[in-house]
Amino acid sequence: MYFGLSEEQESIQDFVKKFLADNASVDEIRKIANGEGEELEKNIFDGILNLGINTLLIPEEHNGLGAGLLHAVAVAQALGAGVGPIPFVGSYVMAPIAINLGGSEEQKNNYLPKIASNELRFGIGMSEFVGAREDAGIEFSKNKLNGRALFVLDAENSDFIILANKSGNIFLINAKDKGVKINKLTTVDKTRSFHEILLENVNAEILALTEDNNEIAKKVIDAGRIILAADTVGASEAMVEKAVTYSKERKQFNRTIGSFQAVKHMCAEMAADLEPCYSLVWQAAYSFDTEEVSSSRLLACQSKSHTSEVGKMISKKATEVHGGMGFTDLLGLHYWFKRIGLNRQILGAPEIVREEAAELQGFNQ
Amino acid sequence: MNLEFGSEYDEFTNEVEEFCKEYSGAVITSNDKKFEMHDALSGNSSRKSGKSVGRSEWQKLLIEKGYFARSIPKEYGGYGGEPDIIKSRIIAGAFAKYKVPNAMGGQGIDMLVPTLLEWGTEEQKQQYIESTLHGETIWCQGYSEPNAGSDLASLQTKGELIDGKWVINGQKIWTSTAQFSQMMFCLVRTEPEASKHAGISFILIPMDTPGIEIRPLVDMTLKAGFNEVFFDDVTVPEENIVGKRGEGWSVANSVLGHERGSLANPNVTLNRLNTLINLMKEETIDGRRLIDVASYRDRLLQVQGKVLAAQAHSLRLLSAKINPGQNVKLGGMIQKLVGTELRHELEGLAIDIMGELGTLYEDDPNVRGGGSWQFTYMYFLGLIIGGGTNQIQKNIISERGLGMPREPKVQVEV
Repeated sequence: MYFGLSEEQESIQDFVKKFLADNASVDEIRKIANGEGEELEKNIFDGILNLGINTLLIPEEHNGLGAGLLHAVAVAQALGAGVGPIPFVGSYVMAPIAINLGGSEEQKNNYLPKIASNELRFGIGMSEFVGAREDAGIEFSKNKLNGRALFVLDAENSDFIILANKSGNIFLINAKDKGVKINKLTTVDKTRSFHEILLENVNAEILALTEDNNEIAKKVIDAGRIILAADTVGASEAMVEKAVTYSKERKQFNRTIGSFQAVKHMCAEMAADLEPCYSLVWQAAYSFDTEEVSSSRLLACQSKSHTSEVGKMISKKATEVHGGMGFTDLLGLHYWFKRIGLNRQILGAPEIVREEAAELQGFNQ
Repeated sequence: MNLEFGSEYDEFTNEVEEFCKEYSGAVITSNDKKFEMHDALSGNSSRKSGKSVGRSEWQKLLIEKGYFARSIPKEYGGYGGEPDIIKSRIIAGAFAKYKVPNAMGGQGIDMLVPTLLEWGTEEQKQQYIESTLHGETIWCQGYSEPNAGSDLASLQTKGELIDGKWVINGQKIWTSTAQFSQMMFCLVRTEPEASKHAGISFILIPMDTPGIEIRPLVDMTLKAGFNEVFFDDVTVPEENIVGKRGEGWSVANSVLGHERGSLANPNVTLNRLNTLINLMKEETIDGRRLIDVASYRDRLLQVQGKVLAAQAHSLRLLSAKINPGQNVKLGGMIQKLVGTELRHELEGLAIDIMGELGTLYEDDPNVRGGGSWQFTYMYFLGLIIGGGTNQIQKNIISERGLGMPREPKVQVEV
């Protein structure tokens, strides 16, 4: 019995952390966030891709690593910790899982090896299936898609986009199709991209096994939620570390502020609530990889909603420990605050996810 | 990650499960009032449907099977097995699953027995361990004093060695079960010239010794049973000391960590959560089940998230015990703080969803769960304060876990 990340998983996590520490400082993140770091962004993306994160969830027979979701969780924690400005949850977790579970043999052969070789990149939008806002909705008929999708993940620079409708059918479109209009949404989190996609008679293929089955869409969302939870845990860990470090340096009343119990207790509260979150998210990923949906889905939901609550608390308290500096752009602490804030809302805000978890357990009739 | 215990444990698991099926829902009979609320605290089912067994008989049966006192040597009345954390976990899991009452705990079993095994003389081990395990010798702990709470090492109860006997004078407080106990293990200042921590000795005191006065200290639950204990020239034999003179602080601290961890067992918390879910399915408001009220349901799910996180976390801590080298230092330090707060929140939620009914207590004919929700809600507030207040826990986490500086010493004005 061993409960935790394997040496291999810790090692890829350390590589990603180190790469971001060396190549994506707060100044560099700020440049990217201000739209002045296109070259920088590309270098970071290429560097992290060199670690093979695009191959993790592609099965070995399609030239991938064939690793489980726990591997991706290890990476997501590192990306959250360094507010990594690269696509991951959409392009390299949800998209390959959707194609692998939902695609025909032909579809799998067409796309999976090309994700592994980095010839193709995918964005993915499933917000409508989780809960449609405004008039979002897509309609499929005669192999054409029409409508509007909101909060599509990782669509920037993608070649294909995967979209789910309300019923959980999953479609694949070419991002370059002339009927596709991709509008970047301006969110608080500038470290990742979110898009609105407008569709007018766009050629689409349905992932074959999703035609009369929404279980695959649900499983893809489970994976996305666990990865977002891991990203929040990583970002929260970084915020606690920054708060503790700052409190040992900053002096007031001739003392480091970290010697005041008011400050110490805030840090202890953050650490105390964060520690069990690692355990919860790892168990959720392990369960996703090895157990029946009946037991893994509850953990996927609860890891998303619980880490969102803990992350919200930490992002507030860690900022407060920094005092006025925490509120400024100078320290850039807000990039972590906003990343946690965005993770909380995407693929189901806590109340929505908890209601799903209640339904799973047959609580509400 | 691998959560399987391995096939070598299959046979053991089957054996434990067979036993648990036989004693599922068993009732432990006892004439002592002190066990009244034991069930709510230990998570034992309130719906008794199984066999009826006497307290001491039950302890002996569990020892014989190796489900209790498993790694305590046979010559002292234990089962005499090799310590095996996985087997302990399998036993705890099966007992919870089949609602089999746990072995009696308490300060004698949880704290004194491990202390004697580590520090006691052969005579002390022979004399005390077996009868303690059988529930025949009940112990109370004499640590806290009115002016020595969080700063326990400043305790002032005095012990002097006169004509080969310890003569003890002073006062202890927060002594639970003192009125039922045959013995007390007590921290006493025997070396007044030594520094604060080096002047304390660990002494065993029979509670029927002349000069001991016990005054009940009624707490907010009206039930839990703390006491004040006064010592007026209480005289015990010299050999009742455990460890050497002045070693008492180390003797006591070798098992204090154990107490903190055991205050909020995640298996028990999960049992209480399941009881709460059933309560919400049974109770109604305006004819609607409480679980169908969205705001109640959301709060339930929030607590469930915390309980699941605590469960997963206990697996990680277990893993660190089995796999040397796995670092969970911070992970272990948070248990008392997180566990007691969670339990208090869970019990409080049950009261909230019952509304006015949730205020019923004691012997009211309409009280739910025998009054256990209110009792445990208040009792856990006591545990948030006791065993090292949660504020002290936060100091420990920030200083020892996060490496933050200690509060500077204040100049004492005389």
